[in-house]
Amino acid sequence: MSGLVIEREILIEAPAEVVWRTITEPDQMSLWFADRVDLVVEPGAHGYMGFGDQGGPVVVEIVDPPTRFSFRWNHPRDEEPVVGNSMLVEFTLTPIGGERTRVRVSEGGHEVRDWSEAEKQRYADEHREGWGDFLERLAGVATERRSG
Amino acid sequence: MTAQADDELWSAIGDPSRRRVLDLVVSNGEVSASWLAGHVPFSRQAVSKHLVVLEKAGLISRRKQGRQVLYRVDADRLDQATRAMADLAAQWDRRLGMIKRLAEAAYAEAGEQRGTEHKESYTHD
Repeated sequence: MSGLVIEREILIEAPAEVVWRTITEPDQMSLWFADRVDLVVEPGAHGYMGFGDQGGPVVVEIVDPPTRFSFRWNHPRDEEPVVGNSMLVEFTLTPIGGERTRVRVSEGGHEVRDWSEAEKQRYADEHREGWGDFLERLAGVATERRSG
Repeated sequence: MTAQADDELWSAIGDPSRRRVLDLVVSNGEVSASWLAGHVPFSRQAVSKHLVVLEKAGLISRRKQGRQVLYRVDADRLDQATRAMADLAAQWDRRLGMIKRLAEAAYAEAGEQRGTEHKESYTHD
C-alpha cells in the first residue's frame, strides 16, 4: 500500500456481500458517489462519472467480490489511464465475523517503482503513523512558516 | 464534486521516498542535496530527481549560497497541498459515511424481509 496518498476506513454493521453491493452497483453508487454513474463493474471497463455539469471517465481495474474493487480516474480525457496520469481509487473490504465489515479506501497517484521491497518495508516501519501524521506535521509547518 | 487533483502536486507527494525527502527539508529548514543524500536509504541521483519533482510542483525552492545549492519548503504551496489532501480525506470520509448508512439500511431491510418470510411460512405450517 505504499505510494498512496489518502487512506481512510470505516466499520460497517453489515456483511461484506451487502457492503460490496452498495459500493459497486451503479444505482447505489449514484447515491454515495456521483450524480450520474455510467459503469459496468468489470475489469478494464470504461465508464463515466458525472457530478452536476462536470464529470469524467473512469476505468475499472480490480473486481474481486466481495473484497477488492478499484478504478482509475482523473486522467486526461484523450489518454488511457495509467500509473502517472491518473488517480487510483481502491476499496478493500475485510469481513469481521459474519455481520460486520471494515472498509478501507485509498486514493493516490503513483506507485513506488525505484525502491526495493526491503527499503519499502523499512520506510513503512519507520513511518507507521502514516499519512495522517505527515499531513498534520505539514499543516503545522505551513502555519508556522506563515506566521513566522 | 470530484477533487480535481493537481497532478504535479499529487505525484510529488504520492511517492513515499519523495515524501521522505520533503519531510527532511521540512524538519531541517534549509538543506543541500548532499546532506539529504546522507539521510536517506537511496542514492544521490535519486535524491536529485526527487528534488527536481518537488521543485517543479512548487513545494520547495532553491537558492545558491557560494558553491552550494540549498533547498527550503515553500510555505504557501505546502499549505495548499495540505488543504488539498485534507479536502480529499474529508470527501472520502463523507462517502464512507454514506456507504455505511446505505449498507446498514439495506441489511436491516433484508433482515425484516427474512423475518416476514419466516412468519409467513410459519402461518402456512
